[in-house]
Amino acid sequence: MSRVEFMQGNTACAEGALAAGCRFFGGYPITPSTEIAEHMARALPKRGGVFISMEDELGSIAAVIGAAWTGVRAMTATSGPGFSLMMENIGFAVMTETPCVIVNIQRGGPSTGQPTRAAQGDMLQCRFGSHGDYSTIALSPASVQEMFDLTVKAFNLADRYRVPAFVMADEIVGHMRERVTIPDAVEIVPRRKLEPGQLPFDGGEDGIPGFAQFGSGYAVHVTGLTHDERGYPDTMDAEAHDRLVRRLIGKIESARFDIADYEVENPDAETVFVTYGPPSRTVLQLLHDMPDEGIGHLRLRVVWPFPEFALSVFANAKVFLMPELNMGQMAREVQRHVDQPVIPIPKLGGDLHTPAELKQALEAYR
Amino acid sequence: MAEVRQGCELFESGHRACGGCGPALAARLLLKATGENVIIVASTGCMEVFSTPYPETAWKVPWIHSLFENAAAVASGIDAALKKQGRDEKVVCVCGDGATFDIGVLCISGAFERGHDITYICYDNEAYMNTGIQRSGATPYDASTTTSPAGRCSLGNVHQKKDMPGILAAHGAPYVATASVAFPNDFMQKVERAVNTPGPTYVQVHAPCCTGWGFESGETLAIGKLAIETGLWVNYEMVDGEVVKAKKVRRKPVEEYLSRQRRFRHLFKPVRRDDEIAKIQAIADRNAEKFGIDIRRKE
Repeated sequence: MSRVEFMQGNTACAEGALAAGCRFFGGYPITPSTEIAEHMARALPKRGGVFISMEDELGSIAAVIGAAWTGVRAMTATSGPGFSLMMENIGFAVMTETPCVIVNIQRGGPSTGQPTRAAQGDMLQCRFGSHGDYSTIALSPASVQEMFDLTVKAFNLADRYRVPAFVMADEIVGHMRERVTIPDAVEIVPRRKLEPGQLPFDGGEDGIPGFAQFGSGYAVHVTGLTHDERGYPDTMDAEAHDRLVRRLIGKIESARFDIADYEVENPDAETVFVTYGPPSRTVLQLLHDMPDEGIGHLRLRVVWPFPEFALSVFANAKVFLMPELNMGQMAREVQRHVDQPVIPIPKLGGDLHTPAELKQALEAYR
Repeated sequence: MAEVRQGCELFESGHRACGGCGPALAARLLLKATGENVIIVASTGCMEVFSTPYPETAWKVPWIHSLFENAAAVASGIDAALKKQGRDEKVVCVCGDGATFDIGVLCISGAFERGHDITYICYDNEAYMNTGIQRSGATPYDASTTTSPAGRCSLGNVHQKKDMPGILAAHGAPYVATASVAFPNDFMQKVERAVNTPGPTYVQVHAPCCTGWGFESGETLAIGKLAIETGLWVNYEMVDGEVVKAKKVRRKPVEEYLSRQRRFRHLFKPVRRDDEIAKIQAIADRNAEKFGIDIRRKE
């Protein structure tokens, strides 16, 4: 029996984490994400978990990485300025292939910007924000239900592919209250354990090594330096570096068909909206208001790795319209993959596009 | 000096603080002590949020918002550049306990080690009040906050308040002081001494928060006084690492302070936790011994 509740998006995110078996939260309060930390502070001790209020966001993500290596599912939640502080450690988590979940309840930036207003301004930062070449997984919830569902999914993807997975929500879905169906149990993808005879950073066929968590019997060596398949640093070995970085990227990019999660409306359409997160709700309203106009809609739940193959579903597309709460961050990515024009429809300041604004764009560009 | 202070209002009224806000009082008093030849560097925090948005911007002196974690580093740059230009503005950081005790420690330590001529004032309301009452390194033992909630599994904050003045004195700071908004003249004198002492100086001012601690807004000064009268807060001065002066009191039991605040309510209801109250009394006793604040009755 599932239960139905009326709750805030941030609470649903925390509930999703708990359902997914998250038992460690290291965090630091920051608007508009703080309710997640507060909920975890109350809930984790009752479930035998640990909540630590860390001294800052550098500490938060670092503690999460440490906890993950003991074998528990671990997460942190933050927003823009805190997310920026986490960047160095996010690269460390990528390099050490540490499974963990980072929730970013995006707010208006740059800098402290608009603490209580929504934005999608960190969509490239979650993909490219730390130095060096790498790939990540990022999800974009558009409802309170998806705050629950996609947080669960993020834990499974993080464990399956041994990467930090991002829930790239925003102030709108974070603070909105909606009905949520919470199942009794959720699907949990276990971490692949290191098998005897395997090396702890040998990716094998799919590029994903078994996890030699602390205490599992291995003298595993975990380092952010370039390392060989044994985990030992060898920073002067050009081939080892090439092999490692290509594997870190390849294990994600080659799995993008499996990781992909999106919805398609009217695949025959000539004018196609591409959305992720709350702007999709305005497009849904437009589709509802103008059912005979044949408007196409691609809504991404997984934004990174980017599922370029989903664009080719729209075989008749003449133009892609992209309402985003930023200056066109993902529109740039979409344009990379299609020959048709991609029109960014930026909205800054914290409000969603209105249906009238999207209707205007529709009339201007189709 | 007294007349200057009376007429000198560099922190304008009409800002957005709660009625009875301790930090707002601290801001008003500290600017009376610095005068207008000052540059304020402020971290993210409650004071930033309640005192800066237009049209209620309260600051009548140059003011820069650093990020949350780096006021002392921004102040370092301002100080070094001013000195090179032969200028004499006072550089004063005004930051909450979250910015000071937790996220900002790195930058404060660097600035104090390098010996910049700055004064760092921490308004200590003992939690992250801006984001809604989460615990900080300054939150006292057993206080209930939203990230140290008292309940079935917890009696509130399990850690004791970090000794930030001691940490900064250990950096070799020539002047470190604690103060309370409940003793305004003492606080202003300490700020005045701090800004006029060359090198890095630190003043930590106890600034009760009626919203976060849970008391009536008219009781801010009474609560501040009780903190000192129970020995849970000690007003003292350190010069070159040595305690030179501490305010003496006829101590009251800590219960008189605790029982008037919602954040300690779980120590009294549903069952009275004498064991926990005794632990907090022991903290006050240790403070009293360390700083020699007890006034002994003549026999």
